[in-house]
Amino acid sequence: MACFLVPGTEAIVTTIVTAVVKKKEKNDLKKASYEGTSAAEKIGTKFSVKLGWLNKMLWGGSALLAFEHIWHGEVIPTFPFLTAVKEGEVGGMLAEMGTAGVTMAVLVTAAWAGMVIVSSIIEKRQAENTDSKEVKV
Amino acid sequence: MTLLITIFAAIAATLLWYKNAPDNSMRYGTLALIYWGASLMWFADAIFEYAELGAEFFTPAAADMLNDAYLGLCVVALGFIIWIVTLLIKDPKGIIRKMLVKKNL
Repeated sequence: MACFLVPGTEAIVTTIVTAVVKKKEKNDLKKASYEGTSAAEKIGTKFSVKLGWLNKMLWGGSALLAFEHIWHGEVIPTFPFLTAVKEGEVGGMLAEMGTAGVTMAVLVTAAWAGMVIVSSIIEKRQAENTDSKEVKV
Repeated sequence: MTLLITIFAAIAATLLWYKNAPDNSMRYGTLALIYWGASLMWFADAIFEYAELGAEFFTPAAADMLNDAYLGLCVVALGFIIWIVTLLIKDPKGIIRKMLVKKNL
């Protein structure tokens, strides 16, 4: 009915969060270079880049799902744009958004969290290996 | 069927990304993430459909399967369109920028 609206809404929120995080990282980098610290080199993959993965999955998935809803006639080009609203099935639509929609958003976010955890572990190991090599030298 | 076709598209895009990594100039990673996002969402949808239909979920009518396959192919095409538009806007190789500058000179 309109389950894609839930991950779509999450995509809007995460895009805003990404913009804020990107700005903060830029400021931190400026501060670090001004103070002459090597903080910038130790960061690894920036968190804003990792958030970008989530944005791409959420926006891409929501767009393709929205197309599927148009295909099935659940989204229409005229107001109120949703067949369920036009036919007075708002309760059913909200129930579907609360079950299938929320599950979609949770599943995508969980997959992204898994990707972030794995990449962080790999980066940590890489950093430890580099440190131990430096000590040996 | 739509889920299956999208998963195959996601796997193909991931393989392309891995083959070309760390070169990211063609943004295959974006294409893979678009298809993985859609696949996960359709997988969640499939769980609810399975809960509702039970074993019947695995034996769709031929007409439904054909329609779903057609939808799957259209979805893959739309994913490609989103990716190519993103690629041309970001223009990581600077080709479009160079062409525009040449034309202006």
